[in-house]
Amino acid sequence: MWRDALLVAGKDLRIEARSRVALWQVLPFALLVLFLAAFALGPSAPVLRSAAPGLFWLAVLFSTVLATQRSFAIESGEGTRDGLRLSGIDPAGIFLGKAAALAVELAALQVVLWAGLALFFGVHVHTVWLAVVASLLATVGLAAAGVIYGALSAGLRVRETLLPLLVLPILAPVLLAGSRAWSAAVSGPASAGTPWLRILIPFAAVYVVVGVVLYGPLQEAA
Amino acid sequence: MAPAVHLRAAVALAGRFPALSGVDLTVAPGEVVVVLGPNGAGKTSLLRTCAGLLAVTSGQAVVLGCDLADDRTAVRSRVGLLGHAAPLYDELTAAENVRFAVRAAGLPAGRAEPALERLGLVGRLRRTTVGRLSAGQRRRVALASLLARAPELWLLDEPHAGLDAAARRLLADLVAEAAGGGAAVVLSSHEPDLAAPLADRVVTMSGGRVAEERRGGRRPLQAVTGGAHVA
Repeated sequence: MWRDALLVAGKDLRIEARSRVALWQVLPFALLVLFLAAFALGPSAPVLRSAAPGLFWLAVLFSTVLATQRSFAIESGEGTRDGLRLSGIDPAGIFLGKAAALAVELAALQVVLWAGLALFFGVHVHTVWLAVVASLLATVGLAAAGVIYGALSAGLRVRETLLPLLVLPILAPVLLAGSRAWSAAVSGPASAGTPWLRILIPFAAVYVVVGVVLYGPLQEAA
Repeated sequence: MAPAVHLRAAVALAGRFPALSGVDLTVAPGEVVVVLGPNGAGKTSLLRTCAGLLAVTSGQAVVLGCDLADDRTAVRSRVGLLGHAAPLYDELTAAENVRFAVRAAGLPAGRAEPALERLGLVGRLRRTTVGRLSAGQRRRVALASLLARAPELWLLDEPHAGLDAAARRLLADLVAEAAGGGAAVVLSSHEPDLAAPLADRVVTMSGGRVAEERRGGRRPLQAVTGGAHVA
């Protein structure tokens, strides 16, 4: 399973490195979300600073949908979809590999968004470990849930419009917990943020386990 | 010796629609069966059923010893399906695609190189991303993946499409060699003149069933390869 996961993750990341969809489409989209929301909130620096963690996670959530769609677009052809099913790769390995590749892309995206927040919003993270742990846990959860719902909608003609409808409500706990944990990392005591990690941990664990167990049947259904 | 494919009154669905309506077909290891028939006759569905991609709802379907009614996923890694759409990633090179197929099957990546060379995918071609190759070249890459994996059952869906004369001769050699090595081959085609000479048996499908069966024109392997050593 782990060998298969590495193989699939390597393939997805290599394809991404060649096509640069994340670099030229997903990343600019995330930055746009950040800046448009900032325009809507106005120029007040205190308002922007207090809203920044929420805007950050909103941008990450929307980008997760785009990155997930891209991850399944490369398997959307009849040939590649069948090829993967006939390849001999363990479905759990496909799930873990696709989730790992998505997680790497989302982690890289968050680093750039973090730099954007510091540069343009003047937001500085004081409790770095809290922000990093929250981001890592949220990234695992987002990637796992994204791949599950991506597989669920992969075979449908309306997948582009259906995926956001399916996945965004499911990701709401990440938006809430991630924002609160980051707020604490930016301006509050770390102790105010740690309880929110207790939401991110089970979210990530549940979706990873569900994906490992159910990816095979989901792949068949799609 | 147990047959590679044993279908008896097999009924299969593609989604909610009937794809096979009671197919009887047996293919022995080392045998080449060509499937002819008009569009919609069930040729592609037959191959996809043998690959474990379509659900068999009634009748008997045993492929490479696996009962597809019990578990149609177990057989998948042992068959090689070349469908209408090649299972290739446009952003990967020809060599990367073949290596991925080989490693996915749990085989050493080194098996990709001889297959690439055999299909003429050398030099610049092997380093070109598949999205920039012609339809015929893409077909060659897909065939190289199949050859490198050396499946026990080859399922070729209109494999002549997009191939030039040299590639068609090469395909004929590969089919003969695969059968000579003990693999079963089921090949669907719209071109009886090209396909029938490769076959031990020719079956004609109509309405999701086998309507007719006759002997094919395949010569012994020695005659096909000119007596050359066959791997």
